[in-house]
Amino acid sequence: MAMVSAREWREIPGRYNLIGSKCGCCGKIFFPSRSFCPDCRRAGIGKMEPFKLSRKGEVYSFSINHEYSGFNGRMMPYAVAFIRNDDGVMLAGQLVDVDLDKIEIGMRVKAVMRKLNEDGAAGVIHYGFKFVPDNE
Amino acid sequence: MTGIVSYGAYVPRYRIKPEEIGRVWGANGAAMGKGLMITQKSVPAPDEDTVTIATTAARDMLDRVPEVNPADIGAVYIGSESHPYAVKPTSSIVAEAIGATPNMTAADLEFACKAGTAGIQAGMGLVASGMVKYAVAIGADTSQGAPGDALEYSASAGGAAYLIGNENCIATINKTLSFTTDTPDFWRREGMMYPVHGGRFSGEPAYFRHVTSAAKMMMEAMGTTPADYNYVVLHQPNGKFPTRAAKMLGFSDEQLAPGLLTPVIGNTYSGAVPLGLAHVLDQAKPGDRILVTSYGSGAGSDAFDITVTDEIARFKRDNAPILDKILADPVYIDYAIYAKFKETIKMPEEE
Repeated sequence: MAMVSAREWREIPGRYNLIGSKCGCCGKIFFPSRSFCPDCRRAGIGKMEPFKLSRKGEVYSFSINHEYSGFNGRMMPYAVAFIRNDDGVMLAGQLVDVDLDKIEIGMRVKAVMRKLNEDGAAGVIHYGFKFVPDNE
Repeated sequence: MTGIVSYGAYVPRYRIKPEEIGRVWGANGAAMGKGLMITQKSVPAPDEDTVTIATTAARDMLDRVPEVNPADIGAVYIGSESHPYAVKPTSSIVAEAIGATPNMTAADLEFACKAGTAGIQAGMGLVASGMVKYAVAIGADTSQGAPGDALEYSASAGGAAYLIGNENCIATINKTLSFTTDTPDFWRREGMMYPVHGGRFSGEPAYFRHVTSAAKMMMEAMGTTPADYNYVVLHQPNGKFPTRAAKMLGFSDEQLAPGLLTPVIGNTYSGAVPLGLAHVLDQAKPGDRILVTSYGSGAGSDAFDITVTDEIARFKRDNAPILDKILADPVYIDYAIYAKFKETIKMPEEE
């Protein structure tokens, strides 16, 4: 189903630039961004600040998806992964430009901008982060 | 003096060879590749387009100058003939993705294969006049070539980004000038999927006239000869044209080779000269002088006289992968996968 433009627009900071939030009270980092710290609760109100996460990290867990899923139809089968980034935050995303039989837990990866989906031929194109092997 | 503060480049990982394209269309692909001097061309993954290529190049560009605050970028110009939207700028998406928004200007440029260098010129004007501190100019494309047409053997994908500024330049741009005429050698009408070209007409009165005129005008203006340059970077729709143009101008193969990537990645259109220059900057040393001449059908050439500065020794080039590293480890695909990637296979309608 088509995503409305307003939602697309609202999610841009997180999807393009991994902007999450950090609690000014306990220092915990959240992604996606939250306006309320579930640990500090009332004490953290008004202390949540935007936090730009590192684009680098490592594979924590992964899975190969063989089930057709819309936009990924031309990239079957594809890998999805949990990435623990260098700030210690867990991110979920696709792992692309990778030899599927060479994916390993602990493998270094970096977030890049890719097309996530598009609302048909006439609709908005959704860009966001996916992960590729980091060979640097 | 105005010049290049940083740069970044990107080429997708997938490759197809002319032999494989020829096999499908019953043509002699090997002979076609040899004639064009192209051994393989890059192919974008299904989730890559001009926005993602430009963003990757621009992020690498900024990773190499961590001292530059992206908020100081006052202009972003992206030249391409494959902007993903007909209306809705590529440049605003990329500017957002590199943290340059909102106090800046942006626009998408189109001048066939030279829109990227036109962006460098526009950026130079804004920077030199003091209107902005930094300007970003990007040339990137996921080029179109009709199936079975000669262009299909060369049209590829890639791009490079340049940060233009007045301070801490790794290379100063001593001068830029252009040679522009109305020459209909290659075009694509609104709504059409593939470009049309004038065959051999795209050579002599188009590519060769504009490239050699602009390059000669530059050498005349600067009082230089080919011997004064360490490198020459020419637009490269194939390997053959720039090789011949370099010879006509009096440059050697040694001066041309480092900036000639088309034989191994194909014609990246607006990305071609920016990528060739990036490959030269990947190995350039202080004092090196570079003559750059782009070409865009329709038609025009932008020439640049560039001198590499001492700053390049301090430049954090290793903060991002150099092109030789990006081009290593390609994945070769056959024509069936290529057709799937290029969306030439009709898929069922989405529910």
